[in-house]
Amino acid sequence: MTKPLQYVGQGLFYALFMGVIGYFATSPSYTHLQPDETLIKLSFSHAGHTKGECRERSAEELAKLPAYQRKGGTVCPRERADVVFELEIDGKQFDHVVMKPAGLSHSGNSNIYRRIPVKAGVHTLKARLKDREGEGFNYEHEETMTLAPGRIVVIDFKSATGGFIFKNKNAT
Amino acid sequence: MAISNPTESFAHRTLLRFEGILNRIFGNDLNPFYCLGALGLFFFWVVTVSGVYIYAFYKTGMDVSYSSVEYYTHEQWYLGGIMRSLHRYASGALVVVMVLHLLREFILGRYRGARWFTWFTGVPLIWLIFAAGINGYWMVWDTLAQYTTIASMEWFDWLPIFPEPMSGYFVSREGFNDRFFSLVSFTHVTIPLVILFFIWVHILRLSYPVVNPKRRLALGMLLALLILSLLKPALSQGPADLGIEPSRLGIDWFYLFIYPLLDVWSPGPVWALVIGFSLLLCVLPWIPSRHKQIPVAEVNLEACSGCRLCVADCPYEAVVMKPRTDGMNFLEEAVVVADRCVSCGICVGACPSSTPYRSKTGYVSGIEMPSLPISGFRTTMVKELARLQGNARVIVFGCDHAANLDNLRGDGVAVLSLPCTAMLPSSFIEYALRESQVEGVFITGCRENDCYYRMGGQWVEQRLAAKREPRLRRRTERDRIEQFWASSADSKELAVELEKFRTSLREFNQR
Repeated sequence: MTKPLQYVGQGLFYALFMGVIGYFATSPSYTHLQPDETLIKLSFSHAGHTKGECRERSAEELAKLPAYQRKGGTVCPRERADVVFELEIDGKQFDHVVMKPAGLSHSGNSNIYRRIPVKAGVHTLKARLKDREGEGFNYEHEETMTLAPGRIVVIDFKSATGGFIFKNKNAT
Repeated sequence: MAISNPTESFAHRTLLRFEGILNRIFGNDLNPFYCLGALGLFFFWVVTVSGVYIYAFYKTGMDVSYSSVEYYTHEQWYLGGIMRSLHRYASGALVVVMVLHLLREFILGRYRGARWFTWFTGVPLIWLIFAAGINGYWMVWDTLAQYTTIASMEWFDWLPIFPEPMSGYFVSREGFNDRFFSLVSFTHVTIPLVILFFIWVHILRLSYPVVNPKRRLALGMLLALLILSLLKPALSQGPADLGIEPSRLGIDWFYLFIYPLLDVWSPGPVWALVIGFSLLLCVLPWIPSRHKQIPVAEVNLEACSGCRLCVADCPYEAVVMKPRTDGMNFLEEAVVVADRCVSCGICVGACPSSTPYRSKTGYVSGIEMPSLPISGFRTTMVKELARLQGNARVIVFGCDHAANLDNLRGDGVAVLSLPCTAMLPSSFIEYALRESQVEGVFITGCRENDCYYRMGGQWVEQRLAAKREPRLRRRTERDRIEQFWASSADSKELAVELEKFRTSLREFNQR
């Protein structure tokens, strides 16, 4: 191959190299969320009530303990109840989750994180939560809101502030 | 060349043809495919130098990271912006050459036997390079960073190792703080240091590793990246906002291809794919194939003078010197480290005892290949030479991993194939030419700069040019020796070159 042809070949090689590196660095573009969709993010951590009742230690049990441990006479079980969560969107049940408490003794928080893409528009969201043994949900919240395209609605839960919080402050 | 299946054979042929084109364009010296590893390291240095510069302007914080990147991208486009683009594009180029390097070594079968170590230690490098690249994207804290950070957390949350989902921290601004950016930038500096360590381990068992591409090639690549940086500067994709889900994104497909896959599949299958692929790569050297490992080199102490030439020529540091154990009056003896020996026989070609002349003690070399001892090699050569007829008689020395030599054999052409051409001791060339047993010696082997075993062609050329021990003696007629390096894709060219050589010998004889 003659020198000029070699230079042309090298130029083409470098052009191809630049083309491949430059193009695939940003293209083709990727659509992660459809333009007419909005995202509901369900994210909270909550500790269920302990399973079973607390009880007072008997005199024999207290006698077996070292003196400095005898003050607290009440014993509670460590294991916590499962946290049950349900989500309804526009009257249809969308999710039913039973969250196990974390930890080897099942004494930790129950956690949930979900991404739920839905069509943008007006929707009624209803969330329910049960954090103790027995029937019936002890927390419930319903809200009708306008979910704007591309926005994120967060469903949070904080028992200290009364339960569910629907965060949709970015709605347009 | 042991080719275990038709697909591999097709891939092998295609690769050799493509490299043949590159050889014509660049020359064997500058062929980028012959130094993919070195190119990878070169891009790594470009990434490092450009990264150090832009890091000086980077600020760690939820509200300042994006703006600090925007500052040097736009306000200081002539340096900071170009450095950022170089950082981005050299990282992309690093992935490209890394993948090509891996594919090439796989297609050419250069990962089995003692080469397992280099192959195996390359696998963590893949993980680390991707980790560093992805982690770098988070630092910008634009919409792409938001998408990849949260998707990464969701991916890792699938593993049962975290007490609480990490993704939960990224639901709102309150969930995390500026320390996240400090952690990310610390990681982005630390991972490349670990990469550097693994690169050192990766080439630990190679003698004379090629760690720098030829200067002209490196400059060409750097210039290409610079032009690209000017034509298409690397830009951010709008500031991250945890209240808005990124929708349409310009993805870097070299590093971030896994994220769309996470959307299509779910974390579990993607983990299975990534871990499964990594494990497959790890065990590949041990998967049975038709490739047969020939026995490794053995030292014959009675013929070893401890001259160290085999140590100097071994491409895999498989021969070491140890104190003499047989009481002979030499300080050291050569010892073969069997785990590192690839059975190329280059050490045999380097041994001064590998000679066809010495009959008193028998034809024994200081270091031998059990599959082709020097005595057997001599006997075969003598037989081949004895059957030659006519004029322009030639003996062809070649290797088992390059062009097939069988078709060259004829009344006037003797053929001897070795595991590597560099196994050929120079004295055998002299012996063949002595007393006109042949009129010419034709030496071939893998393409220049592409020895199947590394360094073979280079050592042969240096020995023939009397620049490397054991040298071809000066009195040997160089006009009667021809070299032509040819892969299995160059058989026709090899036959043509051989015929040309024989014609020149005929003309030489008539003078």
